[in-house]
Amino acid sequence: MITYPGSQDDRDALWALGALDAEAISVWHEEHELPDLDAVVIPGGFSYGDYLRCGAIARFSPATAAVCELADAGGLVLGICNGFQVLCEAGLLPGALLRNESLRFVCRDVPLTVERSDLAFTRRCRLKQRLVLPVKHGDGRYLPPPDLDPSQVVLRYLENPNGSVENIAGVCNEAGNVMGLMPHPEHAVDPLLGSDDGALLLASLVDAARDRVLAAY
Amino acid sequence: MRATVLVRPKPGILDPQGEAVGSALGHLGFEVRDARVGKVIDLEVEAADAAAAQAQVEQMCEQLLANPLIESYEVEIVG
Repeated sequence: MITYPGSQDDRDALWALGALDAEAISVWHEEHELPDLDAVVIPGGFSYGDYLRCGAIARFSPATAAVCELADAGGLVLGICNGFQVLCEAGLLPGALLRNESLRFVCRDVPLTVERSDLAFTRRCRLKQRLVLPVKHGDGRYLPPPDLDPSQVVLRYLENPNGSVENIAGVCNEAGNVMGLMPHPEHAVDPLLGSDDGALLLASLVDAARDRVLAAY
Repeated sequence: MRATVLVRPKPGILDPQGEAVGSALGHLGFEVRDARVGKVIDLEVEAADAAAAQAQVEQMCEQLLANPLIESYEVEIVG
């Protein structure tokens, strides 16, 4: 878990991953080298106060450079909300996230469909499975590049909360080892919180990371 | 050397801020057909001459100040 100044969902994500039996640790953004990790999560929040553009400054943190190296080498990287914005700004994911069409901050549960169930981040899901996850953002309108391969769309909104093009809620890179999404799986890992659908995504990542470790032996 | 950078949402990119501003101006009685909201960044840079400053600030725009997918930019060297 990379923690930037202004990250705020890192503790919830650490807790959620811990509840799924992962050994999750927080890495401060000034670290030039990552510890021995099997996957990276970039959490939600307002890194650097969202100055200039959301995620634009966090891209220059030393830890982000290390994450880019890890991703280039095939490592698993998941960006949630502000983490998604950081990954787009860093060029690890295609597209950009703009101000919500309504100009309002949206904070509610939204239904989504799973468009890819073959990824490290979605392997516990079924294709076209309906998930309910919370969103909470002011800048979540996804704009894909003109040449986005439709197979890179991982999640779509069933009720579009922000004006995202093609109802896109989450995308992956071409290789499928980097994913970003605006909804918050880490806030939906217990029925007590309204939904535990987020656990499907995070547990997929934990499974995939664990399989990679076992495969290395 | 002082430089001013204008960053604009690219044509065709939905600009809800601009729409809100346009509609507010309409409420004030102004007839506004279109409004787009961008940003201004004023810089003071070390450069030998205006051309060098221009080149340097354009690089800044490409690398950070504007996101080429959604924004266009203009650089003005003020002197």
